[in-house]
Amino acid sequence: MRRMISRLGFYVVALWASVTLNFIIPRLMPGSPIEAYLVKMQGQNVSLHTIDALRAQFGLSNAPIFVQYLQYLGNLLHGDLGISISNYPYSVWEVLSSHIPWTIGLVGISVVLSFAIGTLIGIVIAWRRGGALDSTVPPILTFISSIPYFWMALALLYFCGFLHSWFPISGGYDINNVDPGFSFDFLMSALHYGTLPAVTIILGSLSGWVLVMRNTMVTTLSEDYVLMAQAKGLSYRRVIMTYAARNAILPSITSFSISLAQVVGGSLLTEMVFNYPGIGYVFYNAVNNLDYSLVEGCFLIIALAVLAANLIADVVYNLLDPRVRQGEA
Amino acid sequence: MATALQPVTPEQQNPVAGITIVHNILKWLTSNWKMTTGTCILVFFILMAIFGPLLAHMSPTAFSNDLFQPPSAAHWLGTTSKGEDIFAQLVYGARISLLVGFIAAIGSTILQILFGLLSGYFGGLVDNILSFVINVFLILPGLPLGIAIASFAPNNIKGPILITILLTFTSWSYGARVLRAQTLSMRSRDFVESARSSGEWPLRIIFFEILPNIISVVASSFVGTFVYTIGADVAFEFLGLGNVSQSTWGTMLFWAQSQQAMLAGGWWWFIPPGVCVSLLCAGLAFLNNGIDEVANPRLRVESKRKLARRKKEVVA
Repeated sequence: MRRMISRLGFYVVALWASVTLNFIIPRLMPGSPIEAYLVKMQGQNVSLHTIDALRAQFGLSNAPIFVQYLQYLGNLLHGDLGISISNYPYSVWEVLSSHIPWTIGLVGISVVLSFAIGTLIGIVIAWRRGGALDSTVPPILTFISSIPYFWMALALLYFCGFLHSWFPISGGYDINNVDPGFSFDFLMSALHYGTLPAVTIILGSLSGWVLVMRNTMVTTLSEDYVLMAQAKGLSYRRVIMTYAARNAILPSITSFSISLAQVVGGSLLTEMVFNYPGIGYVFYNAVNNLDYSLVEGCFLIIALAVLAANLIADVVYNLLDPRVRQGEA
Repeated sequence: MATALQPVTPEQQNPVAGITIVHNILKWLTSNWKMTTGTCILVFFILMAIFGPLLAHMSPTAFSNDLFQPPSAAHWLGTTSKGEDIFAQLVYGARISLLVGFIAAIGSTILQILFGLLSGYFGGLVDNILSFVINVFLILPGLPLGIAIASFAPNNIKGPILITILLTFTSWSYGARVLRAQTLSMRSRDFVESARSSGEWPLRIIFFEILPNIISVVASSFVGTFVYTIGADVAFEFLGLGNVSQSTWGTMLFWAQSQQAMLAGGWWWFIPPGVCVSLLCAGLAFLNNGIDEVANPRLRVESKRKLARRKKEVVA
């Protein structure tokens, strides 16, 4: 329990840190782009009140910085992230909430798939340590994971989308023929459009899980209880899965939460290349259109999502590791 | 590492000392195939950055009348839609891309050493505070953070320097965590205890006793960071957050994307920079694995043939 509370405390402070960082970012740089942004805002017939709020949001008001910070926190508590200029008159929150499901679907499914596939490959090659697979698979995976996500996306797009037309080259579903909703047609269409981005994310993040799992498996396999299990004549499958892999998977979960932030960064770039209607694409457009409220909103939502995913990984770790649970008692 | 411990005989010491050091380094770099491959790839790109521009007969930003041409004898890697020579852009771009990645990785490694070693050695309150900072940075997504900051930058400060600074501050946390763990395991070793009891300054113990002993971890962490900074640098520039009038690998991809090279079938425009980044990163990753294997023999993959040979040697 103590451990859980101290972890929760960490997440609360990390949350505060991301929120505060989000407050500091616009104040780090000289103000000229933001001035230009506000001028553009006035062109949209936005009320003076909103402009004042934006000035405060980006640190251009005359109020002392402490007051600005409190105002910012107050707005955030009310879910007020400002208005998105490139999607006027929609608010940042409205824009984000319509795109979040796409990212959670794409990145969530790909990361879980990649973790599962990678861990399995790691188990198999560690069991045959020194065999043909063990000496070929990790170098190949290392090479694949060295390819930048967005360039792999470009290459896949060129080969599978442009040259061969196996998959659509942009978007999240067939806009002309299906309507979003829980219908079979829509899900199939989303699956078809999501395949290439998902393959990119899976290929890009696979090698990490494989290598971590392989290395811990190699250590675990030399433990006495694994030898004992083999000596008892248990089937290979049982020895690998219930004796070795079960114990070796804990470091993988730790590394899962550590590398998550990086995978999310790569996934955002993937979305940008595929024009996939998730947060990454919104982020890209926001950066290109100099829509600063939206940039801030995107960063905040990404940071929060990574925090939440880490919290989940922490809870899973707690459930899986009896030593941690016993430490509580 | 083992070669450094060999006793130095008098004839090794004087006139040929330099040669011996080179020999030792070469022996270390060729101690497994991953290190050799990684080193060769890295050296290739360094040579390309230094001497490549001598082979290019055009400035990377000069326009010509050959618009959007596939590779030919006149333009080895083809031209862009404005007639710029892609080979020239690639070799000139290697300079900036390598340099940004390298300097950011150096800066990041210095931060890693400071945070990792200080928190690992001192423990207690210092460790609590420093590892808290490490963990917060670990959990923050570095790339989106960098993108957000760079998007607020006015055009006149966008460029390699800004990217280097951003990469330095968003890439250090993982390495710091690794170094902290290593320092923790070093702290109670005998040589540290004896240095402490003989009254050495803590900072001297940290940087002159502990650091040399975990230098292989620092090296592998540096190479790992280098992989990240190169990739992230290209990503930043691809998004147009660098100086788009400069030719680097990332801005080449930025222009290829914004001029819709792909939809026009212009594979020669976006394939070369991507292949370069991937090869370079793969080479560095192999180098990194190689260093890990040398430092940690348990990770080594040994073929059955080699194991059998070793067994025979032992029996004999």
